[in-house]
Amino acid sequence: MASVFPDGFEALEPFADWAVRGEKARYAKRLASTMDELDAFYNVAFPLLESSKDYLEQVSMEDISEQDKRLLWLFCALVTVAFPVEAWRQPRVPDSGPSTIDAILEPAV
Amino acid sequence: MPHFKKPAEGSWTEHLKIGTEPVSYEDSISPEQYEREREAIFKRTWLNVGRVEQLPRKGSYFTKELDAARTSVVVVRGTDGEVRAFHNVCRHRGNKLVWNDFPREETSGVCRQFTCKYHAWRYDLDGKLAFVQQEGEFFDLDKSAYGLKQVQTEVWEGFVFVNLDPENTTPLRAYLGEFAKGIEGYPFHKLTQVHKYRAEIGSNWKLFIDAFAEFYHAPILHSGQYMADEARKIQKYGYEALHYDIDGPHSMVSSWGGIAPPHDRKMVKPIEAALHSGLFGPWDAPDIGLALEDLPPAINPSRDKRWGMDSFVFFPNFMLLIWRPNWVLTYHYWPTSYNTHIFEGTCYFVPPENAFQRLQQELAAVSFKEYGLQDGNTLEATQTMLESRAVRDFPLNDQEVLLRHLHRTARAYVDDHQRRSAEAGTPATS
Ligand code: FES
Ligand SMILES: [Fe+2]
Repeated sequence: MASVFPDGFEALEPFADWAVRGEKARYAKRLASTMDELDAFYNVAFPLLESSKDYLEQVSMEDISEQDKRLLWLFCALVTVAFPVEAWRQPRVPDSGPSTIDAILEPAV
Repeated sequence: MPHFKKPAEGSWTEHLKIGTEPVSYEDSISPEQYEREREAIFKRTWLNVGRVEQLPRKGSYFTKELDAARTSVVVVRGTDGEVRAFHNVCRHRGNKLVWNDFPREETSGVCRQFTCKYHAWRYDLDGKLAFVQQEGEFFDLDKSAYGLKQVQTEVWEGFVFVNLDPENTTPLRAYLGEFAKGIEGYPFHKLTQVHKYRAEIGSNWKLFIDAFAEFYHAPILHSGQYMADEARKIQKYGYEALHYDIDGPHSMVSSWGGIAPPHDRKMVKPIEAALHSGLFGPWDAPDIGLALEDLPPAINPSRDKRWGMDSFVFFPNFMLLIWRPNWVLTYHYWPTSYNTHIFEGTCYFVPPENAFQRLQQELAAVSFKEYGLQDGNTLEATQTMLESRAVRDFPLNDQEVLLRHLHRTARAYVDDHQRRSAEAGTPATS
């Protein structure tokens, strides 16, 4: 079976469940996670994002492969997770109480 | 110490001559005033309901719930390519014509005609009644007299507007005024990558416009995004805008660049540094065929080199934000009662060419959402305490000039409508 992510991203395999399609679902996963879980994902994924700008820039959105799509979804999840890890120190946005803002239209990938 | 020049009068508020006294928020907490606003504003002004890209082909349609005007409209591209809108109501016995599983939810799609779910009356894309089930059972039914009720529809720069007042004689372009004229030519049609968000907010619709029409709150409410040291620095600096203006019921604020990227790299979060993006959008602007200095004249009106973005408030409920790194954000506030509304925020980007650009856009869209959550929740706290009426007058500062103008304008529309109804001898609220 082909690996989940492209070559060079094997370290992400334990976090493959973060390769979630759609911001709404990624945000729900963030809210359902503990800070320990978010930190663990961030600590592995963030250095890989930092070092793979060149790689990501040559992944064309026109004919993106399944592996690259999953990698992109995982990094999109990292974007969402970066807020609690880098700023809020809690999964929910502080001072946001019960309020919600839902994605109702999103790009296909 | 001011960072930017103010008009000769000493303040924007005095320059724009809209008074400097404390304001009442009674218009945002009174159920009666809300009923008047429905009649005077939402049933009479031009309302933006979407973009032409939502109607790519003949037969493409979408519905829009306009609770404040007590209706739903269906917007459709006809076989002749024209965009039309109709009240979304069947002429037989008033069923909602276009909806999916949930009658109160908006929907969209492509069709050749509209078929009512109740007794299968059919209407063509121009609204003509085309088929009546068991037509012979009716009594001399003249099908040509039972087409869908059409609503005035016009398009400005790809934005589709409707006006529910059949007696309205002001064309859309004239209504939108000088700001719209000065924005024309901006390549909105190139920004087809869309992220759209929706929220139910427990406040009057005008209070959320207030929250997004001033940045005085930003260094305070949103300070959690910075390290404590940086937050203190930003609070000391505060916020000022480059330029404010009003034109008829509409208004705008032009803002400096803020963090796109900040000179002080300590203010940049690691994810922003890695992706070269943030709340202000991707730091590298994509090519939209217009250089910064060639942007239409209403954009960055002071032609300041430090410019970052403009927020236009098109009365009553459409906000258009044009950002320096060549992307656009729109806000809509759809009232559902005097103390609730539905908020929509839509990000428009040039389609990303590669995965890195896609991530840059994701960070900008998600940043908008994170801060919007803080804004939305604060509003519920504001609404409940305004409703206590323990305090009745509120001082507004010179950065809150657009708020002053919005509430004044809404009150003026209501007063004007009341006066004209009294003259005509008709009840002002139905
Ligand atoms: S109500 Fe629509 S066909 Fe009867
Ligand atoms: Fe805000």
